Amino acid sequence: MGLAGYLIVSAVMLACGIVCTVARKNVIYILMGIELILNAANLNLVAFSRFNGHLDGQVFAIFSIILAAAEAAVALAIVLNVFGLFDSIRPDDPDLLKE
Amino acid sequence: MHSILSILQEHAKTAEQAGEAAGGAARALASANWGFEQKDIYLLMAIPLLPLAGYIIQLFFGRKLPRQGDWMLISLMFAGFGIAIYEFAKCLGAWSPEFKIESRTMGLSWNFLGSSPGSPSLVAGVLYDNLSAAMLVVVTLVSSLVHLFSAGYMKGDSRYHLFFANISLFSFAMLGLVISDNLIFFFIFWELMGLCSYLLIGHFYYKDSARKASLKAFMTTRIGDVCLLIGLCILYQHFGTLQFTELYEKVKIAVQNSPTHEWPEWLTAAGILVFLGSVGKSAQFPLHVWLPDAMEGPTPVSAMIHAATMVAAGVYLVGRAFPILTPDARIVVSIVGSFTGIFAATIGICANDIKKVLAYSTISQLGFMIASIGVGGVGAGLFHMITHACFKACLFLGSGSVIHAVHTQDMREMGGLRRKLPITYLTMLASTLAIAGVPLFAGFYSKDAILAHALARAMNEGIWYYYLPIAFLATASCITAFYMFRLVHMTFHGEPRDREKFDHAHESGPAMAIPLIVLGSLAVVCGYPFAHGIPAPLFSEARPWFLAIWEDHVPFETLLGGHFAEHHEHYEHILHESAHSNAVILSLCAAGLGISLSFAFYYFRWFSAEKCANAIRPVYNTVLNKYYFDEFYGKTFIAGTLVFSKVSSLFDKYVIDGIVNFVGGLMKKSSDASASFDRTVVDGFVNFAGFGTQAIASISRMLQTGRIQQYVAFSVFALVVVAALLILR
Repeated sequence: MGLAGYLIVSAVMLACGIVCTVARKNVIYILMGIELILNAANLNLVAFSRFNGHLDGQVFAIFSIILAAAEAAVALAIVLNVFGLFDSIRPDDPDLLKE
Repeated sequence: MHSILSILQEHAKTAEQAGEAAGGAARALASANWGFEQKDIYLLMAIPLLPLAGYIIQLFFGRKLPRQGDWMLISLMFAGFGIAIYEFAKCLGAWSPEFKIESRTMGLSWNFLGSSPGSPSLVAGVLYDNLSAAMLVVVTLVSSLVHLFSAGYMKGDSRYHLFFANISLFSFAMLGLVISDNLIFFFIFWELMGLCSYLLIGHFYYKDSARKASLKAFMTTRIGDVCLLIGLCILYQHFGTLQFTELYEKVKIAVQNSPTHEWPEWLTAAGILVFLGSVGKSAQFPLHVWLPDAMEGPTPVSAMIHAATMVAAGVYLVGRAFPILTPDARIVVSIVGSFTGIFAATIGICANDIKKVLAYSTISQLGFMIASIGVGGVGAGLFHMITHACFKACLFLGSGSVIHAVHTQDMREMGGLRRKLPITYLTMLASTLAIAGVPLFAGFYSKDAILAHALARAMNEGIWYYYLPIAFLATASCITAFYMFRLVHMTFHGEPRDREKFDHAHESGPAMAIPLIVLGSLAVVCGYPFAHGIPAPLFSEARPWFLAIWEDHVPFETLLGGHFAEHHEHYEHILHESAHSNAVILSLCAAGLGISLSFAFYYFRWFSAEKCANAIRPVYNTVLNKYYFDEFYGKTFIAGTLVFSKVSSLFDKYVIDGIVNFVGGLMKKSSDASASFDRTVVDGFVNFAGFGTQAIASISRMLQTGRIQQYVAFSVFALVVVAALLILR
């Protein structure tokens, strides 16, 4: 199986991630969608690295995974605080700045 | 011998050193060692400053002080009188072993505007010589007695404290004028006196006539003041100084340096202009109209104006300025003066108001003084001013006492008052004898000296217009004797014409009696010391002490040499040999004739005054109406001024206002146009920008929903579009 197979899987993951991020009304799902998008990108990086013979892409993917972990930790902390304040984890509910 | 000079010079030096920082320098002037010291200058300066201090205190605290502060001002004036007497005695040499008649001058002046040569200077200082010494004594004496008299006369007045404040300021101005050593400060005090006379004549401001009189006095003297100022400008232009002593020197040099010892014409003009200042202040012929009206003021003020301050200042100015007067100017001075002398005397015959008679008598006597200075008898004129101050102050205060007693000023309602007012009667009689020129009374000596000088001048020059003064003056002294005795007869002798007023009359308190007694006695004796020197016998031919100061400065004829000196020696010779004895006879005849005529008319009633008046009705009416001068001035100058001001006001109203309004209207039109442009165009742009921004904003804000997922959706959409464009390109 060549490069195209990896790219197709990656594209499907990206599409799923976007749909999950845009359509869901739960912050946890949105975060999960973002993880999907990031991992689709990681898959791309690793696939290109494998087929081009460079290790750069794989190193970059490791960075990206670490970044995603950090981002998930911060985001979940924010979500926890938002829930404490608004008793909800719907992204539309905190609208104090709208007025 | 050098002590006083060196003291003053040393002082000048130290003052210069000290004053360099302050930008000033002091200059000293002393003629000889006659016991004067630095402290005398400060004592002299205290004389005018005491009433000034009193005035300031009185102005702010007068109402709150006990008795409204009159005791303070009276005592300050008497203190000034004490100092004046002390300095006078010093000047006279009372404490020196041998008495000598000589000129004694001293002075000290400070320059306020730096001492570098060529820079403009403002010099002020004190000049003290025989003339100021005598003047200071007379002015402080009369002022303090008038202050004292006012305490009785003005009792119960609603502005009692202000009256006292104002007469103190008046005294300050006169005293400051007397000791000023330059014409600038002289002029300042001169104007200050004009102001004070305005305030005091209008003291009863609720009376229409008093308001008008004060305005008239102020405006009439102002004409003279303007002339004086022009004269000062001419003098300063040519000499660069207005110090009296420097002026005298520079005039002398100017005349000596001119090729034929000619007097320059501009000096004549300056002299006449300065003299015109005196004409206004001393109420001489064309500008005499204010003085009789000034009788509207309280009587003490009249005494003050007529004896000590206002009119005396005019004569003092002519006296001080005498060395500047050229022979031509002197002719003008002598003719104006002597004409005033006879002119005012004739009006005095017909006046029925006791104060008006005295007012015209003052004008006439001032004419004597001015004429005397004009003919060269400066000392005689100033001497007459001093004796006149004593007896005229007494006459005015006496008339005040009479008015106080009978509450009328019309002599036709008086009569027989000598039984009711014995002190007033006796003092006024003494003064009347003095003014009439009866021998042994003060006025005799001074008037005699004046006539002698006028006669000597006429005999010496021999030109017809030199005979005018003596003719006028001799006639005037006859008339003076007549109308003054008429006043005494109508007021004090005969039977009372108004029984009710007579019964209510009574002598006033000591505050009014003491000044009368002092002045009445002076009217008898004050001629002796001045005319003859204290130890000299009565009819000594020695040069009077008082006249000695003029040896230094005048007459210049002696200093110029040649023809002039001979001319002057001839004059002196005539004066002492023939004119003096002839003048005595002349003045005795004049006084005798006047007095006997008045007795014939008003005492024995051999002739009826009414019949005489009826016989010459037109003449009598003319004189009674003061030669229609007020009407003449009213019809010409005042009406002319009114017409001019009306024309000016119309011009102002139509032409000037028209231009202003037109320009204003134009401005309004153009600003209207600019405003509408502003409203439509400028505001349009601004509003359009605003509305446009708002419209765009209202559309674009629709995108900003606040929903994060929507934003993500938009971003993805945009990404897809960009990607699609990149791919399809």
